[in-house]
Amino acid sequence: MSRKIPEEEYRKTLSGRFRQWLDGTKDPFLGEVEMKKQEPFREPEQVVRRRKQDRKLLTERVYDLEHNMEVRIFQRFYKIFSVLFCIFLVVMLLTAVSDLPSFGQADNPPNNEVAARYIEKGLQETGAVNIVTGMILDYRAFDTLGESHVLFIATCTVLILLRVDKKGDKEEGEANDRIHEPKNDVILQAVAKILVPPVFLFGIYIILAGHLGPGGGFSGGAVIGAGLILYLNAFGFARTERIFTAKTYRRMSFCALACYSAAKSYSFYTGANHIESVIPLGTPGAILSSGLILVLNICVGVVVAGTMYTFYVMFRKGGY
Amino acid sequence: MTVFNCILLGFLVVCAIAASLSKKLLNTILIFMSYSLIMSIIWILLESPDLAITEAAVGAGVTTVLFLVTLKKINAILKKEEDGQKDE
Repeated sequence: MSRKIPEEEYRKTLSGRFRQWLDGTKDPFLGEVEMKKQEPFREPEQVVRRRKQDRKLLTERVYDLEHNMEVRIFQRFYKIFSVLFCIFLVVMLLTAVSDLPSFGQADNPPNNEVAARYIEKGLQETGAVNIVTGMILDYRAFDTLGESHVLFIATCTVLILLRVDKKGDKEEGEANDRIHEPKNDVILQAVAKILVPPVFLFGIYIILAGHLGPGGGFSGGAVIGAGLILYLNAFGFARTERIFTAKTYRRMSFCALACYSAAKSYSFYTGANHIESVIPLGTPGAILSSGLILVLNICVGVVVAGTMYTFYVMFRKGGY
Repeated sequence: MTVFNCILLGFLVVCAIAASLSKKLLNTILIFMSYSLIMSIIWILLESPDLAITEAAVGAGVTTVLFLVTLKKINAILKKEEDGQKDE
């Protein structure tokens, strides 16, 4: 034995653990994974019987399917008409599509002076190398503002519908959550440890390089939101709630939407009054270029990432 | 490239029909996810990488996760496991 360190310490090193795992002397799951067996979901006998009885009552007494001709005729006609309606819809849509002008023709209606101006003067006027971002965040930034607000309103609606306010219900939900989701899954945690940082980095890159290449606030925000969801699934609510709570989300969305509105108000004001904007467009291709587009991209990304994560938390636990 | 395009479009149609015909909700969600994945590849072939990134992140990622959580909430997945145990 040429080893300098004692046996006890060698067992704790990485190579020592690998050796143990290879030899099979150590069970990798022992003490790492929750070994408690999950209870399968079982409906009480009474509930099943009650449901069957209710259904029987519905078909026999309420609708009286054996004697009630109207309902039977309606049911048959409903099936026939639904099929007919589907066929009608398919035929209509296919005829409409076949009447469309073919893709990429020069004399197509979308190929007009608006598109020509975007292509010819887009880089000069917005400073964005990516024309798509130049369009949605400069020429049509008002639409994107509405889009971000729609997302925020959607989150508010989900909050209203799924939020659990009572304390007892919340605890019960957390207990249920524990049944459904085995925590401390070694494989998931190891994968998440490796995957989450690149996912976050990629999302941030997409947001910041939105005016230089493909990407932008919405897609980057969605990627970051997906990364947050993965992190939450691997490490549980206790870890994520240290950095991200409902309060954080509210403040973040409010700041992002207010920042977006202020930035766009400034450019609308200067544009409508024919004042030169003081924000320089910069050299096209540089990261700090194209005026306000970078700021707007970051705002949209923050709102979208928070929204995705909040949706998931609301669906799973009903509040955080 | 046109052959590849046609194969992808064929997959798209098959996925769309299979998703609506599948009896199990879990299978429907998985098929829908593959539909989004194929769609994002088609977006790249149609030269709109912006949409491809969004479709991959939202369609294949977040929507699927939300659907799965909803299924779990209404106990649709657990019931199926119970059925499987009965079959065994």
